[in-house]
Amino acid sequence: MRKIKHGKLAAGCADSCCLKLEGLSVQLQGERILQDVSFHLHCGEIAALIGPNGAGKSSLFRCILGQMPYQGKITFSPARGPAIPLSAPLTGYVPQAPSFDRGDPVSVLDFFTAATSRWPVFLPIPGKYRERAERCLERVHGADLLDRPMGGLSGGQLQRVLLAMALEPIPHILILDEPLSGVDIEGEHQLLEMLDELRTQYDLSILFSTHDFATLGQFADKVILLNQGVVKIGTPDQVLAAPEFYETFHLRLGHEKGGGV
Amino acid sequence: MEFWYFLIDLLPFQWAQPGQMFFMKNALLAVLVITPLFGLLSTMVVHSRMSFFSDALGHSAFTGMAIGALCGLSDPSWSAVIFAVIFAVLFNLVRRNTSLASDTVIGVFSSTAVAMGIFISTMGGRSFTRFNSLLIGDILSVEPAKIGLLALILLGTVVFWALSFNPLMLSAIHPALADSRGIRVFWQETLFSVVIAVMVTLSMTWVGLLVINSLLVLPAAAARNVAKNMAQYHLFSVLGAMLAGVAGLMTSYYLGPSAGASITLYLALFFLGTFFFKK
Repeated sequence: MRKIKHGKLAAGCADSCCLKLEGLSVQLQGERILQDVSFHLHCGEIAALIGPNGAGKSSLFRCILGQMPYQGKITFSPARGPAIPLSAPLTGYVPQAPSFDRGDPVSVLDFFTAATSRWPVFLPIPGKYRERAERCLERVHGADLLDRPMGGLSGGQLQRVLLAMALEPIPHILILDEPLSGVDIEGEHQLLEMLDELRTQYDLSILFSTHDFATLGQFADKVILLNQGVVKIGTPDQVLAAPEFYETFHLRLGHEKGGGV
Repeated sequence: MEFWYFLIDLLPFQWAQPGQMFFMKNALLAVLVITPLFGLLSTMVVHSRMSFFSDALGHSAFTGMAIGALCGLSDPSWSAVIFAVIFAVLFNLVRRNTSLASDTVIGVFSSTAVAMGIFISTMGGRSFTRFNSLLIGDILSVEPAKIGLLALILLGTVVFWALSFNPLMLSAIHPALADSRGIRVFWQETLFSVVIAVMVTLSMTWVGLLVINSLLVLPAAAARNVAKNMAQYHLFSVLGAMLAGVAGLMTSYYLGPSAGASITLYLALFFLGTFFFKK
């Protein structure tokens, strides 16, 4: 199928490195959420973040997005284009699917235009914005969704719209918060293949959290097992076979062991 | 105003005869300014589930009036505006820094404000009845200067809408997503609630405290039944509010009930109608 496994997994990586987290710690109201998290994310690399509920996955995302105060260092060096300030990597964010009411009068075009342009969407949307939205949705094979109401989309379709939005403009880093939850098996494969396509095409780093271990070996270059700190980091095979993996999930979710491995 | 009177004189109504019934002509103009404003704000109040909040604001506005009256201001509506703005900002601050659900926070604020208003206005054994007019409102008492002020606010709100609608909509759908696209969610939401605070407070005298929230909820609620996208949503909401406004004022003129209540009832009809045409 694909595979540019170009990630060096250990510390001290090559110049192609994009995102570096060093000694990242987060405390919230005296409670330790993240403890000394360090890892690198290269461009063109897909990394999966796994860990039990409450392991700090969402907090880690929020730190990278600059939405949460932290100790430690997050730096970024772009692999393409002119150098940009370290504080400003372009991060595309695909959140856990927001819930829309069925009756919400928000069309995909409204939603997309509101997020990617200054045109106030309570006015009829001019053709040029429409064309742009169509072009962007084309990237995720979703141009036919343009006039659908957001509330009427399936889980997979909603994910695709959110993904198209995160890709406009094309970011350096793409972060997806549990993109596979609420998506059926077919949608799951579509989505993962799409991510694979995108990273080859645009050379971007992709970091996503997931509970679905079955697809890891096929799509992730690197797996980061997180539980407050980084418990284990390596290729999917390495992490899924590691005693730490069993320990982490066995203790907390006994049934998970057989689930996807 | 002269131009407005001239236009009105062309209408075939009894009250539209030249040189008389100026209060009715003023009221009509005021309705035509207020209702599109409410129609516009209403879309976002409903979309971001703030109808309970705007209701609470109405209550706080009354308290601001009471404080103004206590301080001996000749026009207590300005103290009410200031109070409502403080109320709105404080509410947003508390909501951001608590894990309580937002309707709980609103309940806390609303009840405190109402109690404070009643406490102040009845202090020394005074009677509450002098505030009764606020509860019902009287659109026929509107003066040309106030209409000018409202028109300015309408203009300001349209500009605000053009700049802030997208960020507000995204913030309501998904705050973290909005933030990741560079939107300052807290400030946008606070600004929006301040605009509602100013609107509710300034128009309370004419629309009436008891029904003012219906103007912020019903137009968009009805529009939502039939609209497929944001442009339709706004169109229906603003048009519906204006139609109901004019119809309500006419009913009030010919049959005598409060204009605010009549407008609300027409809006309720609008909602009922769209409900059966649901997409």
